[in-house]
Amino acid sequence: MSDTSPLQAADDETGAPIETDALIIGAGPCGLFAVFELGLLDIRAHVVDILDKVGGQCAELYPEKPIYDIPALPVVTGQELTDRLMEQIKPFGATFHLGQQIDALSREADGRFRLSTDRGQVFITKVVVIAAGGGSFTPKRPPLEGIEAYEGTSVFYSVRRMKDFADQDVLIVGGGDSALDWTLNLQPIARSLTLLHRRDDFRGAPHSVEKMRALVASGAMRLLIGQATVLHGADGRLERVTVKTKDGEEPVVSTRMLPFFGLTMKLGPIADWGLNLEENLIPVDTEKFQTSVPGIFAIGDINSYPGKLKLILSGFHEAALMSQAAHRIVHPDKKLLFQYTTSSSSLQKKLGVR
Amino acid sequence: MEPAQTMVKITFVQDDGTRQEVDAQPGLTVMEAAKTEDVPGIEAECGGACACATCHVYVEPEWREAVGPPSEMEEDMLDFAFDVREESRLSCQIRISEALDGLVVKVPSKQF
Repeated sequence: MSDTSPLQAADDETGAPIETDALIIGAGPCGLFAVFELGLLDIRAHVVDILDKVGGQCAELYPEKPIYDIPALPVVTGQELTDRLMEQIKPFGATFHLGQQIDALSREADGRFRLSTDRGQVFITKVVVIAAGGGSFTPKRPPLEGIEAYEGTSVFYSVRRMKDFADQDVLIVGGGDSALDWTLNLQPIARSLTLLHRRDDFRGAPHSVEKMRALVASGAMRLLIGQATVLHGADGRLERVTVKTKDGEEPVVSTRMLPFFGLTMKLGPIADWGLNLEENLIPVDTEKFQTSVPGIFAIGDINSYPGKLKLILSGFHEAALMSQAAHRIVHPDKKLLFQYTTSSSSLQKKLGVR
Repeated sequence: MEPAQTMVKITFVQDDGTRQEVDAQPGLTVMEAAKTEDVPGIEAECGGACACATCHVYVEPEWREAVGPPSEMEEDMLDFAFDVREESRLSCQIRISEALDGLVVKVPSKQF
């Protein structure tokens, strides 16, 4: 997270349902700008994202890469754009729930929506804004035959409880910080630990690499340069993994495997919410950017309509029109007056500049 | 009218042996040429930012020298590809020039 971030972290330990006007799914540029457009219309928002940081693809895929087609910003990096949006939406005090995924969506008797995250946080909201981009970032599953059968029992993509790895033969695959950090953390408690990477060069922090190499030198763990090719075991219990190295194939005794191959985007649970979908995209109209369910909107890369362009600037426009429609649901009795931020005293008050 | 640009032939070979020859414009990347012609198996999830490893290809042996080795950034990203070999490259990082006329690359059985 950058220093300029006004991030208001959520206290999700209370477990009590959070009531809000709008729940935004996705903290990428469109989700963040939706906070702004909704905020101008007095619609309070909470934001949920599966990543542990805001910015979506801009922060995860290309934080350092330049973007050239944001109006009035001839060049801006993904991270700068994210930081600037966070600065811009600061006055509206949205609450962020990071590292969580919305699993379920249902309708309450009063017409509001009830959504719950994989960590058990429940939201009751008047409108839902799906700004989920290419879907949720999920760990890449190595295309090893039958790997699904071992997931959750022997193969894990993250470490939730270290004790699940105690006294196990642990095989960690990858060359970044996750692979190195878990190598160093699990080595003391594992029965045996093998780190497998395709080359003898690591992306992770140099001091972690040094520590790992020292453990290898002392015989406390093994480093193999190669790639996993076949999993062996039965009933979800992994026994060994065939590893191909430049010297040939070698069976590595493994009862736990942790592959760290980065993240990919998957539509995820959104597919089960009863919305019309077309090729993993959510069709919307171009007046309100509403889905097939009134009150649920979709903006940014995840929606589709005739002429759709997957550009950040299109998502910003969609956020503005969506907010107008959301206002009619959230504040049905209030007249919506079209105003400019340049001249409106009431908008400037909301922005805290007056 | 602009002068006609000499197009370059690039052949994509699928895992099942299917060959697809495309006319590519010098200056584009091999990934862009593949996407333009709807070559299956080149996903390019990140759109060519060298940030995802889903445009992974194997360069045929006789072309490896002309294509050259991956940069350090690309090597890092290849860590996220599967079944990486010495001839592995990310096609979004191969810039097409006339020197690559006739290039043959193999598409892996799976991008992941």
